[in-house]
Order: sequence, then structure tokens, then C-alpha cells
Amino acid sequence: MDITEYIQLVFTDYTLRTITLGTAILGAVCGMLGSFAVLRKQSLLGDAISHAALPGIAIAFLITGAKDTNTLLVGALVSGLIGTFWIRGIITKTHLKSDTALGLILSLFFGFGMLLLTFIQKQPNANQAGLDKYLFGQAATLVESDVWLMAIVASICLIVLLFFWKEFKILLFDADYTKTLGFNTKTIDILITSFIVLAIVLGLQTVGVVLMSAMLLAPAAAARQWTNSLAKMVFLAAVFGAFSGVFGTAISASQNNLSTGPVIVLVAGVFVVFSFIFSPSRGLLFKQIRFIKNRRDLQLHKTLAFMHNIAETHEDISHPHAIRLLNNFQGYTKSTLQKLVDKNYVELNGNMWSLTKTGFKTAANLYTKQSIEDE
Amino acid sequence: MKQKTAVKIDDLTVAYNYKPVLWDIDLEIPEGVLMAIVGPNGAGKSTLIKAILGILKPIAGSVTIYGKPYEKQRQLVAYVPQKGSVDWDFPTTALDVVKMGTYGSLGWIKRPGQKEKKAALEALEKVGMLPFKNRQISQLSGGQQQRVFLARALVQNASIYFMDEPFQGVDATTEIAIINILKELRKAGKTVIVVHHDLQTVPEYFDWVTFLNVKKIATGPVKDIFNDDNLTKTYGINYKVSIQE
Repeated sequence: MDITEYIQLVFTDYTLRTITLGTAILGAVCGMLGSFAVLRKQSLLGDAISHAALPGIAIAFLITGAKDTNTLLVGALVSGLIGTFWIRGIITKTHLKSDTALGLILSLFFGFGMLLLTFIQKQPNANQAGLDKYLFGQAATLVESDVWLMAIVASICLIVLLFFWKEFKILLFDADYTKTLGFNTKTIDILITSFIVLAIVLGLQTVGVVLMSAMLLAPAAAARQWTNSLAKMVFLAAVFGAFSGVFGTAISASQNNLSTGPVIVLVAGVFVVFSFIFSPSRGLLFKQIRFIKNRRDLQLHKTLAFMHNIAETHEDISHPHAIRLLNNFQGYTKSTLQKLVDKNYVELNGNMWSLTKTGFKTAANLYTKQSIEDE
Repeated sequence: MKQKTAVKIDDLTVAYNYKPVLWDIDLEIPEGVLMAIVGPNGAGKSTLIKAILGILKPIAGSVTIYGKPYEKQRQLVAYVPQKGSVDWDFPTTALDVVKMGTYGSLGWIKRPGQKEKKAALEALEKVGMLPFKNRQISQLSGGQQQRVFLARALVQNASIYFMDEPFQGVDATTEIAIINILKELRKAGKTVIVVHHDLQTVPEYFDWVTFLNVKKIATGPVKDIFNDDNLTKTYGINYKVSIQE
């Protein structure tokens, strides 16, 4: 299937259109909220919440006996919230570090969920098959009403974000200070956390318990590389998340129906890797390039300073000296000499060199000016 | 004429576990002083400030600001936390951080506008950070970050300033710049309370001092009570400082 054919199909084929829309909205919501999780250094919280949702799904099935998605997700929401507040409780009431609390709740709830799933599988109920799809998600089961639900949650989330932007921002940066200004930090905190839980629960059907946290973290981590503004970061994370959903669905649909959830997560991973390498200010590539350039500049400056030391001993600063004098200097190469000539710091005459006036002045002021600029 | 009392603390006790961090503190801070809180590590200096500001919940005791409970007088109080208490890699600029000082008076939902921006720029100017207003905060030096924090408190235009180790990890230039601003605040009739570590500079910088080591050891004018006796009581070793008269 080629690209144009696929795009045509997205607009005509009901199932494909639903899944594409659903994963795009899901990616956008997760990207936005994931930014907050990442900046609060609560990256693992998403993982813990999604795993904590599993027993809720199983219990909801055991109680109702039905496999209706919405019922199961309500179960997931409840147990996800219980898990979250237990984590918060453990952190504030005991002296355990947050990673310990997260790990504890994650594995306990997940273990209990798995136990319930195996128990359900042994039941003589024809309806039981398919609950395990919540482990890794199954985008193909998305229907129009699911997408509507996602769209509504996304809109509410966006509105709340716009209303409480200032409060969210200051809480993320400096919680204690926020308290002294008279804001109820607990309310803001619960608001953010509840939305994160909601987004995760929404994604369980598509991406699944195990991989859900990547949907939160990957777009946010990628977005952080490109900007130093919180607003732009949240926006970019939403865009990256949405594109991960769209591309992931496209790849999985055109390649013999590869499992959609993992493909979406992998696409998000590609965004992350690309951002880590190619971001202009924080990326590894440009960092390395700047490093090499700085090294070269330093080499050049060292040579110039060495020449300056020699020239200083003469009354005429442009007095010519033999090039072989420079061989005493460790960092000297022919190419650095040529670069100095290009910059009009040095003049060459046969195998003699002499500093120009600009060259002399530059050398004398090297790194004295810079320290003033820094302060 | 008797000075007005800016902050009054009665029977304040704070504990994290069983052992109290602060034990039965009674303290009156007169209006218009520049006060240092000194004491060894773990003496509860930061805890005292946090308990006054309601960041920590005390086990017992009460705090009043100009005679009324702190909750009703918040707008009179500004806080400069320890520089290390936040993540400076947060995606925001110096100007944005200073603007946060206006959030309290704005209240919920309302966004900072032109008026708030102007106030923030003026505060940045006061601390000499105007040229860095659009700098990402991680690209500021430690001293510059401290100045941004100070500007954020200045923007609140409070009557009482609480500062937690504002001189920690800053160079001599910044230290002098900060103390000059604090002295200006005092001149304008504000009360400034500073957790301070460098005992040598206490007589030079401050006019009021509180010795703290879980309990309050002493409080009063520097010239009266900043002596070897109180230092020894607070730090537990024989302390000798020479105070220039």
C-alpha cells in the first residue's frame, strides 16, 4: 500500500479513520500532561498509575460480568486513583523515597491484576476471553464513541490547562513559594494528578497497561530538547504525541496489522532519539560541533598568545620572526598559522612572520574582556 | 516610643519525627530591623521560617503578623527560598520567574498583564539583572539566580521579607549587591529576616540577631547580644569573635 492510497483510506475507511483520530487525540493529551509529569520529576508516576489500573479492570469485569469498555475503564480509573493516592500517602507518611513508593505500588497492583486475570480465565464464562488485550492495548477495538470520549476529555483538559496555566506553572517550579502566596497547592496538585490518571486510563484500551507511560514521557522528553519555554514545550509535546499516534497507526495498518500500541510507542521513541541528537541547543550533535569549534578557537588563541609573548620583547611589535621559532610551541600547526593570516592577525613574508597591530591588540585583550561580559 | 512588633511567635514547636526541630519558641521581631537568624546546622533556622510561613505545620504555637494571624496578612510577607530548593533547568526565563511574585496579588486564574510586567522589570533593574531578563534560568550563574529570587520577592512589595540563606554560594560582588538592597529595604521601613551562616559578617550586615539551636538562645540588638557568651551557648564550643566597637 503506498502513501496516497493510505491517506485516501484514512478518509474513507471508517475503522482506520476512527483509530487514526483516536490515537492522535490520545497522543496529544498524553503529550500535554506528560510535560507536567516530566517537569515534576514524576516520570515514573505514569508507569505506576497505568499498572495500578489493571486490577480495576479485572474487578469491574468480575462484578458486572460484561466486557463493556466504559465499565472496565471506570474500574481502571478507580483503581488507578487509589494507587496514586496510596503512593502519595506512602511518600508523605513514611520516609520512603518516591521511587520506592512508586515501584512498590506498581508491582503490587500489577501482580494483583495479573492474579485476577488468570483467575478470570479459569472461569467457565464464555465472555472472559480478551481482557488481556489491556496489557498491550488493541487499537483496532476503538469505536466512534471511544473517540468522542477522548475528544471530550481532551477539550476539558485543554480548558483547565488554559484557566490554571499560571497556577500549574508556579507549582511545577516552586511549590513552597506557591504556598506562601496563598494558593492551595494541594488543590492544584490533585487537579494535575487527576488529569494524568484520566489520560492514562483513556489510553489503556489503545496502548495498554505496560507501555502507557511511554506515551506520557516520550513526547515530553522530546519536546524539552527544542525549547526553553514551558508553553512551547507543552504545545510541542502535544504535536509530537499526536504525530506518534498518526504515524504509528499508519505503519501498523500498512504492515500486516502490526500491533498498534507498541508501534506508536516506537514512533514516539524515534521522536525522542531524533530530538536528543539534532536539537540545536541541547542536542548531542550540535553540542559536539560546538565543542570541536571551541577547541579550535582555543588552539588559535593559544598560538596567537605565544606570538604575542615573543613580539612583546621587541619595541616594534611587527618585527618579523622566523616561523621555526613557533615549533617550540606545542599546539602550533601550519593550518593555525594560515587561519591567523586569514583573520589579518599575522603577516607572512617568506619563512618569517610578524604580528599586525590588530593581531597584537587582540592577543593582549584575550579573555580579559570575556570575564567582564560574563558578569 | 516603643517600636511596633512586626512578627510575634508564641510557643512554636515543630517536629518531623519524635525529636522536636524547634522547641517552644517565643520570639518578637520589631518592625524595621534587619535581623540575622544564626545557629549551627540542624538548629532549625530554615524550619523556623517555613513554620512562620505555613509551609510546615507546627505541632503547637501561633504566629501573628502585625497582630493578626498570618493567613490574613499574607500580602504583607515575601519569601526568598534557598536557591537549591528548585530545579533551575525548568523551561522559563528570568523575567518569568520574577513575574511569579505578582501571582499572589493576582489570585486564581487571572494572568499577569502589562502592569505586572512593568513591576517585574523594575525589580530586575533593582537587582542589576535587567540585561538578563530573557535568559533561560539555567544559563544564569549562582549569584544571578539568587538575584532573580530576590527580585521575585521585591515585586511582591511586602512589609516583611524572609530569606533563607541568600548569600549561599554567591560571589563577593553579589553578596555586596544583595546586602545593599536589604539595607535599602530597612531604610524604607521594611522588616528583613535572614537565615545567615557567616558569623564574621553579622555585626557589619545586621542590626538585630536571633541565636537559635532548637530552642531560642537569645534575641536582640547585635551590639548588645552578639557576644562570645551567646555564641558559645548556641554553638556549644568556645567561640571568640572580635567585635569592632
